[in-house]
Amino acid sequence: MTLSESAAAPADEVVLEAVGLTKHFPVRRRLRDLLSRTPAVVHAVDDVSFALRRGQVTALVGESGSGKSTVARLLAQLHPRTAGDVRLHGRSTRVRGGRAFRAYVRRVQLILQDPFASLNPVHTVRYHLTRSLRIHGNAGRTAADLDRALADLLTRVRLTPPERFLDVFPHELSGGQRQRVAIARALGANPEVLLADEPVSMLDVSIRLGVLNLLQDLKERLRLAILYITHDIASARYFADETIVMYAGRMVEGGDSETVTQQPAHPYTRLLISSAPDPDRITGGGGDGTAGGERGHGEPPSLIRPPTGCRFHPRCPHAMPRCAAELPPRLTIGDRPGHWAACWLYDPATAAADAPAAPDADRAVPPAAAVGREGATTLGEAR
Amino acid sequence: MTDPVLEIRGLRVDYGLGDAAVHAVRDVDLTLHRGEVLGLAGESGSGKSTLAYGLTRLLPPPGVVSGGQVIYHRDDGPPVDVLALSPAQLRAFRWAETSIVFQGAMNSLNPVHRISTQLLDVIKAHEPRSTAAARRQRARELLRLVGISADRLDGYPHQLSGGMRQRVMIAMALALEPQVVIMDEPTTALDVVMQRQILGQLAELRERLGFAVLFITHDLSLLVEFSDRIAIMYGGRIVEEAPAAQLYRQALHPYTDGLLHSFPALRGPRRELTGIPGSPPDLRAMPDGCAFHPRCPKAFDRCDKELPPLGPPGDGDPGRSVACWLHPAAVPLTR
Repeated sequence: MTLSESAAAPADEVVLEAVGLTKHFPVRRRLRDLLSRTPAVVHAVDDVSFALRRGQVTALVGESGSGKSTVARLLAQLHPRTAGDVRLHGRSTRVRGGRAFRAYVRRVQLILQDPFASLNPVHTVRYHLTRSLRIHGNAGRTAADLDRALADLLTRVRLTPPERFLDVFPHELSGGQRQRVAIARALGANPEVLLADEPVSMLDVSIRLGVLNLLQDLKERLRLAILYITHDIASARYFADETIVMYAGRMVEGGDSETVTQQPAHPYTRLLISSAPDPDRITGGGGDGTAGGERGHGEPPSLIRPPTGCRFHPRCPHAMPRCAAELPPRLTIGDRPGHWAACWLYDPATAAADAPAAPDADRAVPPAAAVGREGATTLGEAR
Repeated sequence: MTDPVLEIRGLRVDYGLGDAAVHAVRDVDLTLHRGEVLGLAGESGSGKSTLAYGLTRLLPPPGVVSGGQVIYHRDDGPPVDVLALSPAQLRAFRWAETSIVFQGAMNSLNPVHRISTQLLDVIKAHEPRSTAAARRQRARELLRLVGISADRLDGYPHQLSGGMRQRVMIAMALALEPQVVIMDEPTTALDVVMQRQILGQLAELRERLGFAVLFITHDLSLLVEFSDRIAIMYGGRIVEEAPAAQLYRQALHPYTDGLLHSFPALRGPRRELTGIPGSPPDLRAMPDGCAFHPRCPKAFDRCDKELPPLGPPGDGDPGRSVACWLHPAAVPLTR
C-alpha cells in the first residue's frame, strides 16, 4: 500500500464534491393518482452541494428522515441520482456497476451504522479483510504479503495484537471492535474518501469516543476526506471541521463546526441544539421541558408534498409570509467566513423591512438585522 | 425524602441454571421513592434491562430470578413481595401498580389493531365492569394527556410517527394510574427534538399525577438533566448512587467519571474527552474483586482481590453511596 501519492497532494484539495445533488424516490401510484399528471415522488434530497476536502471531516447533521443517509448513498453511487452531479477530483462520475463501480469504490468507501449487521456472521475477520484486500488489489503476491497487509490493517484500527483478532467471528467481538473491523475493511481498499453513516450511534457511549478518535487519527495520518453523518450535533462539534445541517432533504445551514454549534443562525439549528441533552442545565426537579428556550413543536413534514418555500416554515417560530412563498437561498452571515444559512431572516431586505420579526429575543444569537446588513450575499444561484 | 414505593433487596438474576449460569444481576439493592425519577445508567450488558425485567417478572427463559426480594408499598394496605405473587395476583398487579414502556415503540404496538382496540383492551382487562362509553372517554383523555388529538384513536400504528407511537405507549402505561412506571430506553429510537418533547411532557405528567419513574438508559447526559437520583450499573452491580447534580459535579467511582467524560459537551468550553479504555466485561468470566479494575486508571492491589461493598463513602455525604476501594464505606450497608 503506497500512500506517497496522496501525501504529496495539497492539504485542502477537494476530493469529492456534491453539486446540486437531488434524489426523488417514486411512490407507488394509487388509482386516483392516475388522474394527476405529475407522478408522486418522495423528495428525499433536494439541491445538496458541498465538498469533501483531503484531511478534513465534514459532518452532516439532521433528524432521521432528513435525507442525510441518502446523501451518503448517492455519494457512494448506490442509488442513481435524479439530478445534480458527483465530482471526484473535479470529474463528473456516474457509475452503475461492473468495473467502473469497483474503480470508484476503491477510492470512496462507505462505513455503515450497524456493525452487527454489516459483518457476515458466518465468516471470520480474516475472510472479511482478505476479501477487501484482494478485490481492491492490495493483497500483494504472496501469502506473506497478505499476512503483512492483514496485520497492518488491524494495527491501524488498533486491534492489537493482530493475531488475536484474525481468526475470530464477529459474534466474539464487542460492538466497538466490530465497528473497527468494518473500518479496517474500508481501509483495505486504500480509499481517499470515507463516508461514515452514523458510525457510532449503535455503540455504547463509553465506546463511541474510541471509534471517533480512531477516525480522527486516520484522517490525520492517511489524509482521508471523511463525511461524518450523525444526528448528534455535539459530536460534530468535537469531531468535524465543517458542519452542515439538513432538514427535510435540504441543507439549511453550514459553516465551521464551532460557529454552527455556538452561534447557530437557522431557527432549525437552534431548535436542534436546544433539544440536545445538556447536563449543565440541571434542574434537579426532573426537568421542566421549557428550559430549552426555542421549544420544539410539530414534526418533520411529508416529503411527498413538501411545504412550499422554506421547508421549515410550518414549525418555525419566526416564519414570515415570504417563507411560505419563496425558497430561501444560501445567505452568508457576517460573523465568520463560510458561515451561511438558508433563511430569509438573514436577507438584508427582509431584515430592514420586517425588523420586528428578527429573532432578537434569542439571547444566544446576535439580532439578524445587524448581522444580515453587514455582508449578506446571495450565493444560491452562484454555486 | 419521601416514603419508598418500590424496594429491591439483594436481587439476583441468572441466565441458565447451575454452573453454566451467567449472573447478569448480582445482589442489587435499589429503592425507588414516591414520585421521584430514578435514573439507571450503564453500558449494554451491564444488566440494567435484565434488572427491569426481573423485578416486573417479565424475564423470558432461560432468565431466572435466583434470589432477593422486590417489595412494593401500596398506597393503602400492606407491602407486597412482587416475586411471591401468584399468577392471578400478578395479572392484577401488573399495569395497575407498575407499568413499563419498552424501547422500540414500533414493536410494542400491534400493527394490525387500531390504537383504540389496544388502549381499550388495557382498561377492559383491569376494570371489566366499566361501560364501553366510559372506557372510550378514558382513552380519549389519555391521548389528550400525551398531546395527541383524540381523533387518532381509530388510527392504526403505521399512521402515526415514531414519536406519536411512543407517546401512545406512554398513554397506555398511564392508563390505570400506576404508582411506578419503568421506562427502558424510551427515547433511544427517537430524534433529539422528539426526545425533548416527550421527556418534557413526561416531567409535566409526573408533576400532575405523581408517579415514580425508573428511567433506564445508556445516555448519562440525558439522565443528569431529567432525573432526581442516578444509579450507575456495571457488570451486574450498582457501583454508585447519588443525587443527579452531585453525581455530575463530583463522581466518586472511576467508572462514573469515565462515563461523564465520554460524551462531548455542546455548550461551554471544549472539555477534554478521555473515555474509558477497554471494553465491557464478559459476564461469563468476571474479573475477581471489583469488576471494573481491568479498565480502571486508579486501580491498586486491593481492587483485584476484594469486592468493594456499596455504601456511603467514609469521606463524603451520607446521601450517596459508592462501591469503590478509593472511597471505602464507613458503614457498609447491610441487608
